[in-house]
Amino acid sequence: MNPEQFATGLNRRSFLNNVSLGVGSLALTSMLGPSGLAKPGKLSSFGVINPLHFAPRAKRVIHLCMAGGPSHLETLDYKPKLAEMNGKGMPRSITDGQPIAQLQGNKELKCLGPQHEFKTFGQSGQSISSALPHIGGIADEICIIRSMTTQQINHDPAHTFMNTGALISGLPSMGSWINYGLGSEGSELPGFVVLTSVGGAQDQPIASRQWHSGFLPSRFQGVHFHSTGDPVLYISNPKGVDSKGQGAVIDAVNSINKLRNKTVADPEIATRISQYEMAFRMQTSVPELIDTSKEPEHVFDLYGAKPGDGSFASNCMLARRLAERGTRFIQLYHRGWDHHGGVKNGVLTTAKHIDKASAALIKDLKDRGMLDDTLIIWGGEFGRTPMAQGSGRDHHIKGFSFWLAGGGIKGGISYGNTDDFGYNAVQDVVNVHDFHATMLHLLGVDHEKFTFKFQGLDFRLSGVEEAHVLKKLIA
Amino acid sequence: MPFARQICLVFVAALVFSAWPSGLVAGENPAKVDFARDIRPLLSDNCFACHGPDSKKRKADLRLDTREGAFADLDGTTAIVHGKPNDSELVSRIITDDEDDLMPPPDSGKKLDDSQKALLQRWIAEGAQYDLHWAYKPITRPMPPSVKRGSFVINDIDRFVLATMRAKGYEPAREVDRRTLIRRLSFDLTGLPPTWEQVQSFVGDSSLHAFEKLVDRLLASPHYGERMAAFWLDLVRYADTMGYHSDNEQTKPLYREYVINAFNNNLPFDRFTREQLAGDLLPDRTRQQLIASGYNRLNMTTREGGSQPKEYIAIYLGDRVRNVSAVWMATTLNCTECHDHKFDPFSMRDYYSLGSFFADLEETPVGPQKYTPLPTRAQQAAVDELKKKLPVLEAMLNTQTPALDDALAKWETAQVKWTGLEPSGALSENGTELTIREDHSVLGSGTLPDTDTYTVTLKGAPAGTRAFRIEALPDDSLPKKGPGRAGNGNFVITEAIVKAGEKTIPLRNATASFEQTLANENNPYKKWSAASAIDGDAKGASFGWSVLPKVGVAQRLIFEAAEALEGAGELTFILKQAHGTQHTLGRFKIFATDHAGKVTADSAVLSKKIGDILAIPLAKRSDGQKKKIAAHYRAFAPELADTRKDLADLKLRIKELEKAFPTSLVSVRLAKPRTVRILPRGNWQDDSGPEMQPAVPAHLKRGDFKGRASRGELADWLVSRENPLTARVMVNRLWAMCFGRGLATPLDDFGSQGTPPTHPELLDWLAADFMDHDWDIKRTMKLLITSGAYRQSSTTDAETLAADPFNKWLARQGRWRLDAEMVRDNALAVSGLLANPIGGASVKPYQPVGYWKHLNFPKRKWTHDSGVSQYRRGLYTFWCRTFLHPSMLAFDAPSREGCVAQRTRSNTPQQALVLLNDPTYVEASRVFAERILQHGGDTDRERLAWAFERALCRKPSDGERDILLRLVGERAGYFAAHAGAAKAAATVGEWTVAKSLKPERVAAWAAVSRAILNLYETTSRF
Repeated sequence: MNPEQFATGLNRRSFLNNVSLGVGSLALTSMLGPSGLAKPGKLSSFGVINPLHFAPRAKRVIHLCMAGGPSHLETLDYKPKLAEMNGKGMPRSITDGQPIAQLQGNKELKCLGPQHEFKTFGQSGQSISSALPHIGGIADEICIIRSMTTQQINHDPAHTFMNTGALISGLPSMGSWINYGLGSEGSELPGFVVLTSVGGAQDQPIASRQWHSGFLPSRFQGVHFHSTGDPVLYISNPKGVDSKGQGAVIDAVNSINKLRNKTVADPEIATRISQYEMAFRMQTSVPELIDTSKEPEHVFDLYGAKPGDGSFASNCMLARRLAERGTRFIQLYHRGWDHHGGVKNGVLTTAKHIDKASAALIKDLKDRGMLDDTLIIWGGEFGRTPMAQGSGRDHHIKGFSFWLAGGGIKGGISYGNTDDFGYNAVQDVVNVHDFHATMLHLLGVDHEKFTFKFQGLDFRLSGVEEAHVLKKLIA
Repeated sequence: MPFARQICLVFVAALVFSAWPSGLVAGENPAKVDFARDIRPLLSDNCFACHGPDSKKRKADLRLDTREGAFADLDGTTAIVHGKPNDSELVSRIITDDEDDLMPPPDSGKKLDDSQKALLQRWIAEGAQYDLHWAYKPITRPMPPSVKRGSFVINDIDRFVLATMRAKGYEPAREVDRRTLIRRLSFDLTGLPPTWEQVQSFVGDSSLHAFEKLVDRLLASPHYGERMAAFWLDLVRYADTMGYHSDNEQTKPLYREYVINAFNNNLPFDRFTREQLAGDLLPDRTRQQLIASGYNRLNMTTREGGSQPKEYIAIYLGDRVRNVSAVWMATTLNCTECHDHKFDPFSMRDYYSLGSFFADLEETPVGPQKYTPLPTRAQQAAVDELKKKLPVLEAMLNTQTPALDDALAKWETAQVKWTGLEPSGALSENGTELTIREDHSVLGSGTLPDTDTYTVTLKGAPAGTRAFRIEALPDDSLPKKGPGRAGNGNFVITEAIVKAGEKTIPLRNATASFEQTLANENNPYKKWSAASAIDGDAKGASFGWSVLPKVGVAQRLIFEAAEALEGAGELTFILKQAHGTQHTLGRFKIFATDHAGKVTADSAVLSKKIGDILAIPLAKRSDGQKKKIAAHYRAFAPELADTRKDLADLKLRIKELEKAFPTSLVSVRLAKPRTVRILPRGNWQDDSGPEMQPAVPAHLKRGDFKGRASRGELADWLVSRENPLTARVMVNRLWAMCFGRGLATPLDDFGSQGTPPTHPELLDWLAADFMDHDWDIKRTMKLLITSGAYRQSSTTDAETLAADPFNKWLARQGRWRLDAEMVRDNALAVSGLLANPIGGASVKPYQPVGYWKHLNFPKRKWTHDSGVSQYRRGLYTFWCRTFLHPSMLAFDAPSREGCVAQRTRSNTPQQALVLLNDPTYVEASRVFAERILQHGGDTDRERLAWAFERALCRKPSDGERDILLRLVGERAGYFAAHAGAAKAAATVGEWTVAKSLKPERVAAWAAVSRAILNLYETTSRF
């Protein structure tokens, strides 16, 4: 679909609404494109990719973004050799000429051994840090990728690269791509929601560009839910206006808009009317979503959440509630992994914020039969150096770890490896484009066919270079 | 092997929806195939990725984007043979049934349909004429076609429009009514709605030139510049913050003001271009031109720790290349950072040589940028006036007078003259290695005992010695540079004992340059005081003189002998350091003096240079030495205190005035430009690429520069008559402002993947006219706006709407939802809240609390402005790139990270929530309601009519009136029964509440005014 058509807001649903308003014949074929009207069956979607390119394994994605760059060496990637080399010089053959962040200009780079023990977990015997016992408890559900790589070594651009697959700003985030491609299943909540938690030990800034729709129409951008004030901006009625009063104003607006449309027959007006109805519904559905008072005690215990604390645990519970209500892409940011110093205690502290809740989300979804069609992604924008920065570690992009679960992912396995130092990914190397291609594949989308024309180019989330679907991860 | 089947993995298109251009539908009686319009886009989209400009990705040596390439004999086969489709390999490859031979390859996702295949064959049959891509052809001035005149044709634009329209089978829409026209025109030219008085005056003006008068008035309005600036600031990515990571403030309101004024003064576009790209380089450049050169500094920048300067230099270069090519050439060069362009004739060389023009800009790769002070003429004059007084006062301070000579003599006799003592031995009790240095200081090293006592024997004390000084010295070998050996650089002299022979000399009046303030509650018991070092351990053996936190610098301890020493024999200093935890002294030197008066740590300790001169008897000093001493004295002479104060005050006043100078980021030229190299695959760490000199894209250049070309020459080239892009790009964008879409779309891509213009001759005619008339923007705007095409109604019949949904053929006017800034400005204007000063600093309207909570380094809080600044136009809203104001964002205002030539116009529930619930709009409704009640007449019907006139320039229909009368009736009942709610609704916002009105009435009418401000029509331009 070309941008001009989208910019006008003539999406399929609003377009079909126009039928009743008498302009339904308007260029029907050019609007709907070769895929024609939605076909029934499991390949149908609410977005522009309709039907899907192949049967989806996942219907939705929950991305647990561990912002700051978790040390793979203290979480998911144990390196006995690095322990042996603790305090000794890092071989220059590995580090010379490589990009480096805060360790720039250091004369000698020394190894820092793993600061936490690793244990084997589950029947699969996955090796996971003792700092993450709860994630260890779901070892048989998750696939650990130990060979992630990225291209950007500073937080802000690295998040941008992880979200958009590009280094320059202005491109859509993965949540927007997916929201655009697949649409939202629910009609009362946004298809792409972003939750940021409080209580992270550090506060690296996170820019709203991370959930921006770039050149895609802005209705596909992530809606940021806030833990203080209005959960969604401007969701509350003005002072002195009750729900009935708000409804009366919206009714009047829509009635007059309808009258206007009789004179001018403008499809934008029809869209506007439905958006006001949606907004009014959101004013009820959002508070209902946020209100966890009906969640039983044992669910709170499972996540380790307290009502309204804005914690990562609460957001994990909220993510499950959003998933239940049809939100397509849910992204949680937890900041607190930027351990330039004190990586030992730092990892322990941040692990306490996220370990139990991450595992709880998997268990809860499984209990509800939703894990099978929900893809969970756990990881940060990069990893950390095997070299010491005092008692911590610097940013590192040549090899780090992720884990995936649910939504067609084979559990209890690991994929790829780094070298003995945990520096370079050396086996089954995964780049961000591969990760995006695999995520789209699980959603039933061929990443090479999912494009958007902008400034004369057919852009795609998985970038211009060759990208590979990681088929070995797929159950 | 020609046409080898190749896998094409890049730029795979899947969803090609767009209709075929120019009515080339199968079955239509064909006109001659036009290469630029019909064939090049087809080849570009389907073939150029593998057979185009990018030499690295080219398959089978075949190049289809040039005539030479397409007709070349490649091992006996030829892709295209003039006039002979059947001999052309291209044709056999596109029609074959063999999947292995088929082009484009099936797995590329590209496919030619039958009509496209037929078109290519027809083009070859007609002679396969190759031509330059339309946008790169020289601009000529076509003759306007002759059309049958009707009331539609007002100027030459209409001849082009009408000819094309008729050729497509349409007729113009009717002329729009005057109320709609003035509202449309006011938004298009000023971004503001007309007042009701202006509407009435225009509707009632029966003179022949009523419309032209209106256009002239609006073009002369200062708000015209504001509206045009909003358009320009999107292009050049103006923002108030840096953009990356911590996204700190980096505001440049002077640049914004320059842009507003440039449009208001109708600065010709060529000059506007030169001033922005190279204002700093213009001869006799003005302050305004320097401010304009801030264009080059509008890119995003970073301060993130751990960022590599070299990488960011490369990033900023790319940012500028992308922007200058997008703004002036509607060309996307993004991809040429890493490889030659796939579709358009641009190479990596073009990218880096274009970037090289900007290699002379001074900037901070990682860190805060340096602002340039830009005083106004008056400010500069005021400072210059004050500066004239400086030399007078300075001369007074530099002149030695007889009175000063007398004072100097008195001062000299009062000076303490210290004699450095020479250690003959230094012993440590607990193993510290004490070394006596050439400068007679003692340095401790080696073993680091917890406590120690140093015994130092010293020679050279003058006869009649009355006081001693222990100078604790810093040294690079010590922790934190000392003076102590403890890890924090501290030490404690718990007791100092001085002996002459066996006799212990009684000591008194200990003072120190600094006494420790850390630990033990800021030292209230004087445990760390100088006195504690000679008190016979009265406060305890572990207490004494110490200096935390002022370590790393010299500190001195001074004490007097109770009686003057007689002879000048050897002295023994016993320095006890019994505090523990290695608080021993690292380096020190001991002095003595025979000064008769009181000696304290406050007594000036003369520098060695001055001390040495004073040691020479007056009669033996050279003139130079005398002058040095005199100058030394004048620097603090009490006799000159007033003059010194006058000078300090004057300097302070100058500093304060200079501090008040406005500043901006402007272009500052480096003496030596940075080296720019082609970065292989865009890799900034790879220095192997060739060095690039500034140059314009090779295929567009018309001759070479002499020597190293400057930004000025780049600007000259952009606005030269020979440049085929700039004028077309600009008039196309002006057209889009007046009609809602460009003659060529998209507005930011004139390359072969864009769509060729719907009215190529009109576009060229406008571009030529623009250049022929000195790049006069107001002239072009006036031409567009006074055309018959502009004055059409935007409403049309269902048939036309269905046939041409995007209004390509202009058989009506465009209609669209207003831009983010106008949505805001309109609500403020209608309610009477809008504050109208031009220019100035960015402002902060209401914003939800906590919206900025994810900004850090430092943490920031948005504090909304009060008074006039709360009610200013959206143009002035503080533009935070990472967290743009959510109301602006909801209405598609771009984050200004990169060039945006055309905003998307979305239609979302978030927009509904903003208009319904954002305090800005709620307050505007409340104030509008007050005005309706105060001025709208005596009956509800009159009030409604009054409100509609203000918001929509028309009266309500019966249906509309009934809906709103019902609303006000129902709400009046509710608020009558809910006084608390009424009061809350009637007092929302900071604007003064009209106390004379009853809250329940204001609240009920605020529901009506909210409904009116939320109408689609209110937020749209028809």
